[in-house]
Amino acid sequence: MIEFRDLYKAFGANRVLEGFTLEVRDGETMVIIGYSGTGKSVAIKHVVGLLEPDAGQVAVDGQVVAELSRAALTGLRATIGFVFQFAALFDSMTIFDNVALGLRRRPGISEGDIASRVAEALALVDLAGTERLMPAELSGGMRKRVGLARAIALKPRYLLYDEPTTGLDPVTSAVIDQLIVRTREALGVTSVVITHDMRSAYTVGDRIAMLYRGRIRQVGTVAEIRATADPVVRQFIEGRPDGGRAAERASLSQTGQELGLEGVDA
Amino acid sequence: MVTSLGRRSIGLVTGFGQFGRFLGNVARALPDVRTWGGLTAQQMRRLGVDSLPIALFIAAFTGIVLALLASYVMTGAVPPYLVGTLVTKTITMELGPVLTGLALAGRVGANIAAELGTMRVTEQVDALETLAYNPYAFLVIPRVLAGLVMFPVVVAFAMGMGIFTGWLTATNLLPITNAEFMRGARLFFMPFDVWYGLLKSASFGFVITLIGCHLGLATRGGAEGVGRATTRTVVYSAEMILVLDAYWAVTLLRGHFQ
Ligand SMILES: Nc1ncnc2c1ncn2[C@@H]1O[C@H](COP(=O)(O)OP(=O)(O)OP(=O)(O)O)[C@@H](O)[C@H]1O
Ligand SMILES: [Mg+2]
Repeated sequence: MIEFRDLYKAFGANRVLEGFTLEVRDGETMVIIGYSGTGKSVAIKHVVGLLEPDAGQVAVDGQVVAELSRAALTGLRATIGFVFQFAALFDSMTIFDNVALGLRRRPGISEGDIASRVAEALALVDLAGTERLMPAELSGGMRKRVGLARAIALKPRYLLYDEPTTGLDPVTSAVIDQLIVRTREALGVTSVVITHDMRSAYTVGDRIAMLYRGRIRQVGTVAEIRATADPVVRQFIEGRPDGGRAAERASLSQTGQELGLEGVDA
Repeated sequence: MVTSLGRRSIGLVTGFGQFGRFLGNVARALPDVRTWGGLTAQQMRRLGVDSLPIALFIAAFTGIVLALLASYVMTGAVPPYLVGTLVTKTITMELGPVLTGLALAGRVGANIAAELGTMRVTEQVDALETLAYNPYAFLVIPRVLAGLVMFPVVVAFAMGMGIFTGWLTATNLLPITNAEFMRGARLFFMPFDVWYGLLKSASFGFVITLIGCHLGLATRGGAEGVGRATTRTVVYSAEMILVLDAYWAVTLLRGHFQ
């Protein structure tokens, strides 16, 4: 279980998370949606201790991440797969080494096992045979899928996907969605998926949470979100240029400027 | 004026604070031999291959100039074989280490800062951490150890090259025979000279790679940030080389004078 408890995080004057609270239950896939720049990536980076909260906590299996010792944090990280929004492949290493790196960390796993796990993970993202290439030789979408393979190869207990399908063609997106669903069925993994793509959100999610202005605006099952009465959430899931958010913005624009929020969702 | 001075000194103090924290993280990563052990050899090879050509190039020309300069300065006043003395002493004790160090601050230091800076802004460092690696063990220690070990090796080659071209110049362009040059080189030779030059080189290698790693990992803000980290690495490294050079002279040479 991953719990975000009343999380606050600011970068200088830019207050990103303000009372972010969310519970991800064991075995479920939680989708987080929200406008660009609202802090979705910032929120999940707290789960693996890449960022520390200004206030509040993130707990994984009851362990508060920011309070863990270095060794305990390393142990926790070994159980979590993280798919970065921009892949974050090691550009001085081959695709094989990129995917193998995390596995090499595991005690008692032979090079032969590593090679087969890497091949298996690459096949899952439809990139079999790219082992010897360098990241620079791949397209953006291919790199993204290598990032996915790198996380899945670890067979972790938790998987955090930061926009796994953004920038992929519709068919590849659907393949990745399927992969997320299948990974969950095969490994029983607990996942958080950040996405803008509502079709993908409905396919992979058990529940959907919308992050808005630093906190969760609404969280519910796919059916509940699809039937939402909240105008802000409605506008987002329907992708309309005007709606609840525009109306709210007009009334809040004064406050928004004082809070330095203008331009955040430009 | 005063406020800008104040701001700069605050910047300096926080800068040292960050560097101190960086050193602490590096020290804590030292027991993780399993991670850095295998990577160090690779970094050593890379550093050697990267820096040897430029070091030899610089040393070759320094040797030529030194021989001519020595003979010009001492014409008539002292026996010509002292050209051999001057060339060997200056190359081993001062110009070999310092000129190589300055050149490698640009080559190796900038390289490290750009590489780690890019890894930082493209989240590769974060990715390493999520894969349960300690970036200080994985990235920093191999590079710093490589600097510590390989700088003296590279400088040793540079010393050889400088003395060789100095000898070549003296015996071909100057009225100095091979025997005279050799006599001068041997006359005042002390093993200490070589150790002194190599120790200095090791300290330069240590400091350049540390600064490059620190500023690289501390990079913020895209390509521009990487550029800034790179330039600052070269500037700080060059300054530190000159400071260290003076430090070693004061601590190790003064005793011999008295
Ligand atoms: N390391 C950082 N330093 C300073 N500011 C940051 C940092 N990381 C994120 N921010 C800021 O935090 C805000 C939220 O960023 P974040 O990347 O979480 O957005 P997001 O919801 O993931 O958006 P997108 O959907 O576009 O990926 C942005 O205003 C961003 O500028
Ligand atoms: Mg993001």
